[in-house]
Amino acid sequence: MDQLLKILSDNALTPAADIARMLGISAEEVRQKIDDYEKRKVILGYKAVIDEDKLNLDRVKAVIEVKVQPEREGGFDRLASRIGKFPEVRSMFLASGTFDFLLFVEGANLREVASFVSETVSTIEGVTATATHFMLKTYKFEGVLMKGQDSNERLSIAP
Amino acid sequence: MSVSPSHPERWIAQHVTGLPRSGIRDFFELVQGVPDVISLGVGEPDFTAPWRAREAAIYALERGRTSYTSNLGLLKLRRAIANFLAKHFQLGYDPEKEILVTVGVSEALDLALRALLDPGDEVIIHQPCFVSYAPSIKLAHAKVVEVVTSPESGFQLDLNALEKAITPKTKAVLINFPCNPTGSTLSSDTARKLAEVIIRNDLLLITDEIYACLVYDQPFVSPASFPGMHERTIYLNGMSKAWAMTGFRLGFVCAPQPLLEAMMRVHQYCMMCASIISQEAAVAALSYCDDDIEQMRQSFHKRRNYLHARFLELGLKCELPQGAFYMFPDIRELGLQSKDFALQLLESQKVAAVPGSAFGSAGEGFLRCCYATSIDELREACDRIGRFLETLR
Repeated sequence: MDQLLKILSDNALTPAADIARMLGISAEEVRQKIDDYEKRKVILGYKAVIDEDKLNLDRVKAVIEVKVQPEREGGFDRLASRIGKFPEVRSMFLASGTFDFLLFVEGANLREVASFVSETVSTIEGVTATATHFMLKTYKFEGVLMKGQDSNERLSIAP
Repeated sequence: MSVSPSHPERWIAQHVTGLPRSGIRDFFELVQGVPDVISLGVGEPDFTAPWRAREAAIYALERGRTSYTSNLGLLKLRRAIANFLAKHFQLGYDPEKEILVTVGVSEALDLALRALLDPGDEVIIHQPCFVSYAPSIKLAHAKVVEVVTSPESGFQLDLNALEKAITPKTKAVLINFPCNPTGSTLSSDTARKLAEVIIRNDLLLITDEIYACLVYDQPFVSPASFPGMHERTIYLNGMSKAWAMTGFRLGFVCAPQPLLEAMMRVHQYCMMCASIISQEAAVAALSYCDDDIEQMRQSFHKRRNYLHARFLELGLKCELPQGAFYMFPDIRELGLQSKDFALQLLESQKVAAVPGSAFGSAGEGFLRCCYATSIDELREACDRIGRFLETLR
């Protein structure tokens, strides 16, 4: 990956002037490259990584395996775009194995997620089976350990 | 006749009495008392050891791997070391009889010096250099001969000066590139010419390549890799820096079999073997962690560029270091000795850096700043150094 993208994916708030120093290019060049990535939709957005468990949001998250019968012309993609447009679906993947789609779903409570699965996803034509796994606790998200990285307590002066 | 109990110092061996305390240690004790210090004074990565290595250590304990190992070290580790050196540095060492696993490179160096030097032998080192070289040579009852590397040449090894320093008593040349504290490295051309000098004068080369994986602009070429050098090189490396495994205390030495055998004899009586737990961790690190060390290297690379750019913006003269993780800015025009500069910087701005004089008289007028710390800390440290420089100008 381009080092510029690596820096932004580690910390999107890194000032352009600092990125410039790290890469040995001008701040203007950094801004142009970021602009270009945004225009080409390589960079789609910037987000904070939040430990939601600390916010007592009482939201419910679930992973849902969905088995489907792919359509003759549309394959998986048409069904995927139909399911993926529901705002409850936060992330969605086509996976190999015993099921087809893997959905990361969020709702206000257990009943809301359950009804989304049983009344909405399951009833879509082409969906043949679902399996819902409610998530109990987040340990690691997007490469970030929720309890923090292990710290390395170094002596302040060493040879 | 009764003996006065009051002067226990009289029992200390003369050559140890004459050994100075490390300048780094004095400074460390000062820094300990100061809260909220940003330290650029460390000599190790801020990363923790790769999880694969730590997990292998845990697994070793779970399996009850708590015994001694062969004096040379676990054969599977020596094989992993041989593979790593062949793949990255084109070095060919026989894991059965040319590699010895040690407790850090410090032990490896001590073994080499004690096994190979006779009283009165001369060892040439370049200066400024790592703090232990001169004392370790003296502890082996040999004589230190210093060749200065100058800031004007980017602290490159001066082969003319080196060759002039050779006398009939010279037995070995001890080098450390990429270099702690200067960050300078050895170009492949200099490495080749150094090899010629060593061969022409029938000397031994002891090369401490602990930072060889941490280079940013050109791959490191080991002087040990040139024809005719295998027979006369003591090659030192270890897990501390590139794998961020300082606390595992694991190093190794590679040398032709008769020399390795001599070092092994010293090692077996003073150390027996390196910790088996650390050895198991090192096997995992060498086998699975190429990606981890590359990620760390890229991170040091960006931090080097950042700190160098900020130093230049602050008006500090500074070479762009090619390797290791140290910046060695020139403070000669700022009117303070490096020790006073470091002390005042610590007292007024709570930034710790090591005075260049700790690395020998040729380091006077310089400051060693380690950039193995986060960009946020480097940013804050530079802001503080900037404020300190204002008060000097």
